[in-house]
Amino acid sequence: MAAGHASVAALPALHETPGLLGLSALGFNRAQSIAFLALLAALIVGPFFLYPVFLMKLLCFALFACAFNLLIGYVGLLSFGHAMFFGMGGYVTAHAAKVWGFTPELAILSGGAIGAALGVVAGWIAIRRQGIYFAMITLALAQMIFFVCLQAPFTGGEDGIQRVPRGHLFGIIDLSRDMSFYWVVAAVFLAGFLLINRIVHSPFGQVLKAIRENEPRAISLGYRTDDYKLVAFTLSATLAGIAGGTKALVFGIATLTDVYWAMSGEVVLMTLVGGLGTVFGPAMGAAVIVTMQNYLAEFGAWVTVIQGVIFVACVLAFRAGVIGELGRVLKVRL
Amino acid sequence: MAESILETEGLTKEFLGFVAVGDVSLKVRRGSIHGLIGPNGAGKTTCFNLLTKFLPPSRGSIRFDGRDITKMKPAEVARLGLVRSFQISAVFPHLTVLENVRVALQRARGGSFDFWRSDAVLRGYDARARELLEDVGLSQYAHLPAGQLPYGRKRALEIATTLALDPVMMLLDEPTAGMTAEDVDRIVALVKRVAQGRTVLMVEHNLKVVEGLCDTITVLTRGKVLAEGPYAEVSRNPQVIAAYLGTDPTISGGAGHG
Repeated sequence: MAAGHASVAALPALHETPGLLGLSALGFNRAQSIAFLALLAALIVGPFFLYPVFLMKLLCFALFACAFNLLIGYVGLLSFGHAMFFGMGGYVTAHAAKVWGFTPELAILSGGAIGAALGVVAGWIAIRRQGIYFAMITLALAQMIFFVCLQAPFTGGEDGIQRVPRGHLFGIIDLSRDMSFYWVVAAVFLAGFLLINRIVHSPFGQVLKAIRENEPRAISLGYRTDDYKLVAFTLSATLAGIAGGTKALVFGIATLTDVYWAMSGEVVLMTLVGGLGTVFGPAMGAAVIVTMQNYLAEFGAWVTVIQGVIFVACVLAFRAGVIGELGRVLKVRL
Repeated sequence: MAESILETEGLTKEFLGFVAVGDVSLKVRRGSIHGLIGPNGAGKTTCFNLLTKFLPPSRGSIRFDGRDITKMKPAEVARLGLVRSFQISAVFPHLTVLENVRVALQRARGGSFDFWRSDAVLRGYDARARELLEDVGLSQYAHLPAGQLPYGRKRALEIATTLALDPVMMLLDEPTAGMTAEDVDRIVALVKRVAQGRTVLMVEHNLKVVEGLCDTITVLTRGKVLAEGPYAEVSRNPQVIAAYLGTDPTISGGAGHG
């Protein structure tokens, strides 16, 4: 993807400084270690200052955007159908929690499982094509899933699945209070965030970067690049499913909104605003967009217009996104 | 005549009726440096793409090291030890020079699908990567993003990356294209050195390079083999002079690139 390259190209050449407090074991450099500690602090004190449901929503979208960034930022694949994993994850989690009586952790994992299953199939079909064709195939598949969700009996059509119980964590801890559930959501986000970071800084991640940089060359070195792309696509879809499932439990509802194509666009927007191919960018982008949607809600339809303006501004002037630009100013990689 | 390592029979590639490569039967002797020359559009790069399976042939067969590779995928061919370079310098621009080589060395682990493991395990390859960089004179650039290397150095890095796979046979697509004279000399020396114990097939426009390096050359024009043999013999072939060199080859020397 040209956009992906541009954002990376914008970063200065740096000697990596080792991380703090053993955080380099996670693949973080010094600046990233500081940013990570700040993120941890924000996760801990956040709910004491801000509305926990708002924060939980933000974290679900942050995880979704991080999962999306794994593809666009590190493999160079622009999926325009990630709503199918996010939305379907929501439906399956909601169904599992409400109808099957699953405990929340199992319900969320079911959301991840459906994301993985869909990811394998969609990925297998889509990665045979490059660039815009890849994006269009993922979009088409997502539209098919949307139609299924609209028609299938278990999704409740236009009504969605409502009054989904959060249940008891491991069958013991009651999560109906927002403050209790917040810690679960924070843990899910953190686990997903660290997993993605590990993927990026693994032998597998190294091959992904090689594929992003120059696929024919990676092939000529003997890598079956399609296999690597499929695994990355499936991992991303799994995490998107987990994010969608978690969101369904936060609000106790799974609806068509999350599986609609506009959601696929929104995650692109979040990742772009935050910074493609950066570790903290997608989460920051999600925070910006979700905050705007919440606090600018009084402007009604203008939120969409404001989002559009920000999107255009990002593409024209800040291609590296909030975190990318910040990294450039501070001359660090974030 | 020693045995050939790479053999094609009736290799043909047509694009919508246009014959890019027609009925090429090529034999590359094991341990030799074989040059593939010809004017622009002669089908040299297409030929390379066919040999490395980046393009499927319309007709004909390819045997490498006694094995029929006609129907194989490019990654499989690479795994057999037939490794190519590209005409446009093929490095991973945002990886460091060291990482570029390491990605190739990493192939020794087999598939790297272990996404749960820290990439610290790859540090085991650093020593070998540094050796390879030392070998092509890139040691001091090890931590620079490869994209920031000057052009000639990128080609050297590409060769180091290819060598990391310890290939049986290397296919070099215009290794000296667009280089300064100084860089050309360095690459020629490098190719000569690394060709020890391997087979090299190279496309090259610079006839001085071809003369200095290649044991055998094959001349392609319009997708067909026009002549084959040692440089001295082929360069005297009147057909070759007419079709390709145009003038006395000793005069047209370094200016063959058009």
